[in-house]
Amino acid sequence: MSHARILLSCILLGLFVVLVTGKDAQPNGDDPAIEKRLHKLSQELRCLVCQNETLADSQAGLAEDLRREIREQMKAGKSDEEIVNFLTQRYGQFILYRPQVTPTTYLLWFGPFVLLAAGLVFLFRYIKQRRDQIEERPLTEAERKIAEDLLQSE
Amino acid sequence: MLRYLIPLAIFVVLVVFLAIGLGRDPHEVPSPLINKPAPTFRLPQLKDPAKTFSAEEMRGKVWVLNVWASWCITCRDEHPLLLEYAKSGVLPIYGLNYKDNRDDALAWLNELGDPYVLSAADLDGRVAIDYGVYGAPETYLIDKAGTIRFKQIGPVTPDVWSQKILPLAQELNREAGK
Repeated sequence: MSHARILLSCILLGLFVVLVTGKDAQPNGDDPAIEKRLHKLSQELRCLVCQNETLADSQAGLAEDLRREIREQMKAGKSDEEIVNFLTQRYGQFILYRPQVTPTTYLLWFGPFVLLAAGLVFLFRYIKQRRDQIEERPLTEAERKIAEDLLQSE
Repeated sequence: MLRYLIPLAIFVVLVVFLAIGLGRDPHEVPSPLINKPAPTFRLPQLKDPAKTFSAEEMRGKVWVLNVWASWCITCRDEHPLLLEYAKSGVLPIYGLNYKDNRDDALAWLNELGDPYVLSAADLDGRVAIDYGVYGAPETYLIDKAGTIRFKQIGPVTPDVWSQKILPLAQELNREAGK
């Protein structure tokens, strides 16, 4: 088999594995409306065991417990906001993929824009400085003549 | 000169930040429960399920709550140290048996020894959620007023015990009981 073929088979096999196993954790509740809400909310929440997975995707025991907890609170009529408060009181802001804007997260939220602004200021000053370095000098009569000759002689 | 110094300064700052970031354990998430009242609970005791244990019973005492499970490998590493700390008798250590099977948990204590005054059985992990537990072992130091003063995520190492928990506990013990 050529290298290209081997590579192709590997990619296809990889895709197959992803398609077969890449499912969200199975919901096991009975109320579809609540399951839908749970799924939506838990995609905004981080699983603290495997930190780069959402609570919706994680198969960790704790994620399962937290989904159960959220499901029960939803059944008890709690709003999403109340549930998020419940979780941040226990696990901190870290559980939110989109942390709230508070003084401790100002740097996180606005830092990139500050850096962007600083970069722009630096860029403009740099360009301006370079432009100032160029001195514009009109052509002398002799130079103009040479240029015209060049242009006319094709 | 300056045109070389400024990039160098930026580079050094960046390296320092990256070095600090690399040295940190991303699993250690600061707990929002520090200096908050320890969540209340009433759970059956592990050894005698007919009896219960509640955090309120510990009012007026400085105590340690250690979250453990027989399935938790790091707990096994931590265990001999807990036995040693318990033997020294400075601080009462209570266990919160987290999402465990009662028989497995009892067998574990029989095999390795029991450092706990008693263990509360949190078999479905619900109380642990209130305590923000996300990876056993976790250890809480709770003061006389029932406030969480310190939390260790992961095993209590000799350094953490002698440099953080013990000095803080001594200080808390001197405070008047509320």
